[in-house]
Amino acid sequence: MEPNPDVLRDLHRRMVRIRLFEEAAGKLAEAAKLPGFLHLYVGEEAVAAGVCVNLTDADSITSTHRGHGHLVAKGGQFRPMMAELMAKSTGYCNGKGGSMHISSLELGMLGANGIVGAGSPIAVGAAFTHKYRDDGNVAVAFFGDGATNIGAFHEAANMACALKLPIVFACENNEYGEFTRRDHTMAITDIVDRAQGYGMPGVIVDGMDAVAVYEAAAEAIAFARAGKGPTLIEAKTYRFYNHHGVQNLGLKYRPDSEVEVWKQRDPIFTFEAQLEDMGVLTVDRREALWAELRADIADAITFAEDSPYPEQDQILEDVYTRMEVAR
Amino acid sequence: MSDERSLSYMMAFNEAVRQSMRADETIFCAGEDIGAFGGVFGTYGGLQKEFGARRVVDTPISEQAIVGLGVGSAVTGLRPIVDLMFMDFICVAMDQIVNQAAKLKYMFGGKATLPLTITTAGGAGLSAAAQHSQSLEAILCHIPGLKVVYPSNPYDMKGLMVSCIRDDNPTVMVKHKRLLGISGPVPEDLYTVPLGQANMLRPGKDVTVVAWGRMANESMVAAEILAGEGIDCEVIDPRTLQPFDTATVVESARKTNRVIVVHEAVRFGGLGAEIASQVQEEAFDFLDAPVARIGAPFSPVPFSPALEKHYVPDAKSIASGIRGVLGRKSPGR
Repeated sequence: MEPNPDVLRDLHRRMVRIRLFEEAAGKLAEAAKLPGFLHLYVGEEAVAAGVCVNLTDADSITSTHRGHGHLVAKGGQFRPMMAELMAKSTGYCNGKGGSMHISSLELGMLGANGIVGAGSPIAVGAAFTHKYRDDGNVAVAFFGDGATNIGAFHEAANMACALKLPIVFACENNEYGEFTRRDHTMAITDIVDRAQGYGMPGVIVDGMDAVAVYEAAAEAIAFARAGKGPTLIEAKTYRFYNHHGVQNLGLKYRPDSEVEVWKQRDPIFTFEAQLEDMGVLTVDRREALWAELRADIADAITFAEDSPYPEQDQILEDVYTRMEVAR
Repeated sequence: MSDERSLSYMMAFNEAVRQSMRADETIFCAGEDIGAFGGVFGTYGGLQKEFGARRVVDTPISEQAIVGLGVGSAVTGLRPIVDLMFMDFICVAMDQIVNQAAKLKYMFGGKATLPLTITTAGGAGLSAAAQHSQSLEAILCHIPGLKVVYPSNPYDMKGLMVSCIRDDNPTVMVKHKRLLGISGPVPEDLYTVPLGQANMLRPGKDVTVVAWGRMANESMVAAEILAGEGIDCEVIDPRTLQPFDTATVVESARKTNRVIVVHEAVRFGGLGAEIASQVQEEAFDFLDAPVARIGAPFSPVPFSPALEKHYVPDAKSIASGIRGVLGRKSPGR
């Protein structure tokens, strides 16, 4: 399905929003303004944007430890996102989740997740709800190549196929599980080979190409909405920064040349060139967009910095739905 | 009178699920063998026939995905009941139980609700050996965000199960395998037994015995034996282990001045340690003896009936432990 100009502009905007948020978060982390871990999505923007442009707030997604991009792509607002990263009470999770657990149930984003592979079984549950209610909505589980080596993924894939649930398994194959090369931890070249073992279609897409991701996702999501069951999408992509944080901590686990080759294929800059060729985007409009979103980011940082930290009495809040505390 | 109706522990569970499902369309059940077969212990018998395969779902043997199915469907608005056949199998699903179900609400700043019930069968006594006999409730009670119930009789089973289903938090309902066939009065109406409220099974003045699940019943037998020796036991069944009704136990301790906790789990690091600690913190000046604990030896559950019968506490060993707390000797033979 060829995306129309509005969809192309939407894809572009979502990707730039992710990029700017992540670059800003990286800078804040380097300035020691963000507590905890930070896993940046820079380089992989086409995947989250290409998938989520096909979704509404009523569709559900589960995410990973590298989850900011998924939330931004699903419509996440900069202010509560930045506040959450800064551990402030005005964050999406009131400062109780942070980068690794950022979520917005109103947007159908069922959480970044600190446990690799844990999102897929939860997405199966969300897909079950959609089928049970026959509401026409779908669930998308985002996960990395590394997560396909953990049992939870296989249990989820099998159960989703056995129950024929409306779900898309969206694998972001960035070639590294944390700091270890993918080909050192699995004997197959394509993650998509795993789809066949569960009886679902599998498709490989160029994860640096937003239109390719959009088209594959549109098809898989339509398949799921039509009650035909799950699909596994493998998007081949790359993270431009470290597994966590920005720098490599002085440790080498990827050759510079490899990083450079992938950066040549930057999903945003290549897409912008394409859009300008097509006449969908002008230089002026591009610059205006980046400026507008940069201002939004600056506003969000100010908002987050000015926001209060949670009070001490919040420790025992929200453990249970009706407060009952063990004594 | 309907209150006089007798029902088994197993069917009390079944009726709680059945009546709850009739009243609330958002409730569904999922687990291994629970649909067409009715569950390996028969606790889900006939439910798929009444509610269909849409609401009573046979799943693959995939404990992580079963609990994940519960977490994801609960957080998106359904009220799932998911079954982990044996309590030992919670270990297979531990990430989804401990890191996901118990924590989502908190990590999401309170914005998630997880009305999830996990049902499972615990306890020894069937020569089911080390991987199908454990009592792992202490592990679950250690996790903020979970509630844990462990009924000892059919009345409590039905009322507690209804409360678990209605609760907006992840709850774990532990059924004791050896109690499935016991019968007792169970009202036909849909009623609840509130979570977090202990039950005084037997009032007494000499010693407080705290016990749940099958051990509550064994403690009642022990209390009868000891009554013949002039020892008056007060037996308290907490019914819910998390949240724990400390107040009822402490109040009893202040009256009897002696407390013993009985559980089927191994003694070391068991809930008995927590309860003993809370009692001494809140009633130290009332105690005439250290709070005692009876539990299993620190070994896996043995297979051979010749070993297992010595492994699990019974009325005789409980009676002996109670005499110890009172400084009494066993009556001569």
